[in-house]
Amino acid sequence: MNSFWAQDVPLSWYLMLSAVLFSLGVVGFLIKRNLITMFMSIELMLNAVNLSFVTFAQQWHAVKGQIFVFFVMMVAAAEAAVGLAIIIAVFRARATLAVDRIDLMKL
Amino acid sequence: MHLILFFVFAGFCLAGAINLLIQSHPISSALSLIVVMTSLAVLYLLLGAEFLAAAQVIVYAGAIMVLFTIVVMLLNAGREARTLGSRVAWVVGFPAVVAILAVIATVILHLQGMGVARLSDGSTSTITSTDELGTVLFTKLLLPFEVTSVLLLIAILGAVALARPGNGDPQDNRERTAGK
Repeated sequence: MNSFWAQDVPLSWYLMLSAVLFSLGVVGFLIKRNLITMFMSIELMLNAVNLSFVTFAQQWHAVKGQIFVFFVMMVAAAEAAVGLAIIIAVFRARATLAVDRIDLMKL
Repeated sequence: MHLILFFVFAGFCLAGAINLLIQSHPISSALSLIVVMTSLAVLYLLLGAEFLAAAQVIVYAGAIMVLFTIVVMLLNAGREARTLGSRVAWVVGFPAVVAILAVIATVILHLQGMGVARLSDGSTSTITSTDELGTVLFTKLLLPFEVTSVLLLIAILGAVALARPGNGDPQDNRERTAGK
């Protein structure tokens, strides 16, 4: 039992965790009816993918994998800023955040 | 030690992600997403990515989630109405989720079993220093880095332009049509 806790974490466990988190993000995107929470589910998916990037970078001792995660973070920051601005604009025009009632591209 | 930390923070991650799904208030979902991101930062540390752990806390758990919580409070987002969702989500979506999970799991287990990529290689002790990361980033990948700064600038301008009052304002539209 003691030797079990002392061993290193198999990297495939990180990948499994990443897969489960990604699937939870997809489920959240499908079942959530609120624009902001759906957006949060997308962020969850991005984070899950980042975790697998870091895991593979560790596996192959490659620095570029981690740099890719850095770029993904930058793009996610830009995406969050623009996406939330769009959500604010949509809320101003429709006064609702329920996706069932936002079904026209035209304002 | 690594294993205990992994179990604790992977548990936090999963609990936070599931809590994100079952909470109906957006602010609770946002707070549980912060839990997920912070525990992911600890997992990055376990994987030896110290710079990314710091960036995860600062950029994701800090900046992006602050933006989310501010928008939730600004729009006064209340309890979301539960509906059953579209039929497409039920017929195509959930089987697709199960399929994604199954495919990823089989591929990972396969790789581990075949020893092509020895994923259980006990290599978690090597740490990528910020020094190494910066050297590669500012020598080999300088152009993508600079392009990213332009992207961020465009995103700032786009966010300001989109969120400015009068953009798709119903009253504003009415006035415009009345003025015609």
